[in-house]
Amino acid sequence: MSKWKIITKGIIKENPTFVLVLGMCPTLGTTTSAINGMGMGLATTFVLMLSNYVISLIAGLIPSKVRIPAFVVVIAIFVTVVQLVMQAYVPSLYETLGLFIPLIVVNCIVLGRAEAFASKNKPVDSFLDGLGSGLGFTLALTVLGMVRELLGAGSFFGWKIIPGDAILIFILAPGAFLALGYLMVLFNRIKKA
Amino acid sequence: MARESNFKNMVLTLLIICFAGSAILGGVYLITSAPITAAQLAKVNTALSGVLPAFDNEPFEEAYDLEVDGQTVKMYPATLDGTPVGIAVEVITAKGFGGPIQVMVGFLPEGTIYNTALVLHSETPGLGDKLDPVKSDFSLQFKGKKPGNFKLAVKQDGGSVDAITAATISSRAFCDAVDLAYKAFKKIRFEEGGQS
Repeated sequence: MSKWKIITKGIIKENPTFVLVLGMCPTLGTTTSAINGMGMGLATTFVLMLSNYVISLIAGLIPSKVRIPAFVVVIAIFVTVVQLVMQAYVPSLYETLGLFIPLIVVNCIVLGRAEAFASKNKPVDSFLDGLGSGLGFTLALTVLGMVRELLGAGSFFGWKIIPGDAILIFILAPGAFLALGYLMVLFNRIKKA
Repeated sequence: MARESNFKNMVLTLLIICFAGSAILGGVYLITSAPITAAQLAKVNTALSGVLPAFDNEPFEEAYDLEVDGQTVKMYPATLDGTPVGIAVEVITAKGFGGPIQVMVGFLPEGTIYNTALVLHSETPGLGDKLDPVKSDFSLQFKGKKPGNFKLAVKQDGGSVDAITAATISSRAFCDAVDLAYKAFKKIRFEEGGQS
């Protein structure tokens, strides 16, 4: 598989959110605005790339019976790094995403990529796979956040573009399910065409 | 591919990974702990300067905890040229709709609410988050009020506060927090021997 293909398959063919339907908890929880979705997506991308790379490096040394705990520890290390760095340098983003950052550890996308790809492939390929899946996740979260923010708050990346009240339900949990459902249909329609 | 598992190499692998991880995290913590404290301090200071008249001490350094009605609140005394100009009370109420609400209330020495600030909340966007003075005038009602003749409860509960439409629980929680802050304020004033 070419390097380019490894990246693009994570974005379109195996998009973690729209196609594999993994990691729904952060997807629904953090996408109240486009910028929150993007922040969460990028944090996950960072963790995915580094954990994939390191796991691929050490996979040969880990006894197979303890590989899952070992992977989880590696992932947890990177998540904690992200959390500390975010808290220190972008406290406002940390406040909105705070609860969901530690949850990246148990995001099935991260462990899924570690087990399904990183443990069987070369470090560089694994890094690119992490980048691709992460970007796919970021894309999905940003689009979902954009739709919800536009319908629910009438703004685009924080810029108010529709004056007056908007359809509040799109900011709330039911709106997340509605928007995600329709986007999933749309994405898979486009993908097939 | 993966190695054969036996007790010794399993224990050893996990030990090494955990130790290496702790070392990395220790390093990152050392680098980020100063900016994290600074960010938190900046946030508290912004809230403080919003709820208190001009002061020249470091209320954050002089802050102390106080027990009121079984809850702990944080008191930030402010002075200007050595004379007390007010005190900020930080209250966390668990009565919010979406989780705890952290409120900072500034009192002038004679008991008037100088201003309130919403420090942290997770109320419903578009409804309960109108507690935020940027989004609605709700919290401005408390400004300059004397809790003695301004009952700190929403009108539905027989108080003097106009609740936010469709967010009575959030409004109630906010009133509750301000009320607790006032109780804390009264408590220290009695302890210092002042008149009510």
